[in-house]
Amino acid sequence: MSKRRKLGRGVAVVGAGMSQFGMFKDRNSKDLFVEAYREMMGSVDKGVDPNDIDALYLGNFTNDFFMHQSHWGPIISDLIGISPRPATRTEGACASSALAFREGVFAVASGFYDVVLVGGVEEMSKRSTSEVAEGLALATVPYEGTVGFTFPGVFGALATAYFAKYGATREHLMNITIKSHNNAPLNPKAQFKQTIKDLIRAKIASAEKKGQPAPQWKDEKDFLRDPKANPPVAWPMHLYDCCPISDGAACMLLVAEEIATNFTDIPLHVVGIGQGSGKGLHAAADLTSFEATKMAAQEAYGMSGLTPGDIQFAEVHDCFSMAELLHIEDLGFFKPGEGYKAVEEGQTLLDGPKPINTSGGLKCKGHPVGATGIAQLYEVWRQLRQEAGPRQVPIKDLRIGAAHNLGGTGGTCTLTILERR
Amino acid sequence: MAERPFSDISYERYLGEEKLMGSRCKKCGALYVPPRPLCVKCYNGDMEWAEMKGRGKLAAFTCIAVGPAFMIEEGYDRNNPYCVGVVELDEGPRVDARIEEVDAKNPETIRVGMPLTVKYLHRGEGEGAHTYVAFTPR
Repeated sequence: MSKRRKLGRGVAVVGAGMSQFGMFKDRNSKDLFVEAYREMMGSVDKGVDPNDIDALYLGNFTNDFFMHQSHWGPIISDLIGISPRPATRTEGACASSALAFREGVFAVASGFYDVVLVGGVEEMSKRSTSEVAEGLALATVPYEGTVGFTFPGVFGALATAYFAKYGATREHLMNITIKSHNNAPLNPKAQFKQTIKDLIRAKIASAEKKGQPAPQWKDEKDFLRDPKANPPVAWPMHLYDCCPISDGAACMLLVAEEIATNFTDIPLHVVGIGQGSGKGLHAAADLTSFEATKMAAQEAYGMSGLTPGDIQFAEVHDCFSMAELLHIEDLGFFKPGEGYKAVEEGQTLLDGPKPINTSGGLKCKGHPVGATGIAQLYEVWRQLRQEAGPRQVPIKDLRIGAAHNLGGTGGTCTLTILERR
Repeated sequence: MAERPFSDISYERYLGEEKLMGSRCKKCGALYVPPRPLCVKCYNGDMEWAEMKGRGKLAAFTCIAVGPAFMIEEGYDRNNPYCVGVVELDEGPRVDARIEEVDAKNPETIRVGMPLTVKYLHRGEGEGAHTYVAFTPR
């Protein structure tokens, strides 16, 4: 029986902001963070004085490697004018800002601080695709990278193990891609705002304009099956199974629950927070599951007293289509080997019983790695406050949402559960 | 000769000598490939070397079209993908390895569970010499 975790005192989210995600040749990390910060400050219903922010926790993964600049904590605290108050950078690969959120929660829960800014930022698009792949592969387990595994390769390998064990196929993963592309056009901040049907129409129109024979795709899956339209990256992961290279930032304001109503009448309470660490592929007990996600889920569910069934919607770390499938099983939303069937039945659609990645996910919203953890929570914030516009989850009495973030090849995983009371 | 440390460097040097070596816990018998310096099952710190027979089966694989620089240098690209995988050894542990002599352009022909045998790929010379552990169908 594991120990039931609890915070020293309650912590609430009272503000959130996220920059546009995309590839920006003329904007840097500071520009993107400021965009997210301005929105966050504006989102605090009763306002907040920057002088009241006690500390900053900031997630960042690859700026050292891509931008030849590390030590982003004080750069950002100076940018927004809160220095010399403390600024701490957290790094957990693609889960870097979920760790910033978690450290911020602990800092407030301990009673040491009352108001903490947590955020994440990443600037990736100024490097070539091969440089980005090399940089991200810094977070694989040593034995994986040295034999030639890439990140898509690791998830491709997990897919072959899953397919062999449960009988799923690429066709099932396509359902996840199509769903992400259907949700993203409803999110104005998403990097890709086209459905697969939009892409098909655009490609046919482009061919016709050039006087070339127009490709004939019967439907979305027919398009995704076509290796010319959707070339392999790391079998069975194809181009449309993979998230893009992105720039972006996100941040949130955390305060002690006891003062939350000074900032807003609808604070979101941090009811569950969990983290786990994992092993490389070769040492994993099961090639169809992430041990670190299960640990994170156990902590977060244990702390909150909630069950997977209580989570009304979630953002999960879909860096690859296969990843989403593994997570929805590891988080207990569906039984092992049943996730692909649930997806096929439409259970994870925006208007399904368990909406997953309503933002468009990492696949379409974009994945500026160090910003992703808090950007996922930003989506939970928008949904729980009924501010998600056309992608608002239509479930009545929406109160509980969660975000799952994964770093490396499952080396760092988190689950964070927010509640509107 | 002093026993080699149970380390990644020793693992790679053994591969250079065409030996696939792991470490075994002297107390509980748990076996690790690559070798671990500490037993993570019983937390004992007393290990011994164990040589693997080099036979196993494919547990998971991928055929990579967009690889890192060192694979591109070997001539792999979109038109010539390479296969890497996780191999479950007959002795139990799993290892990450290159999978050779399979048709990486037609991954449907490669199947999880296929029996494999070890092969060593020596690349580079002098300071840059490196041996990859690989497996081929048997």
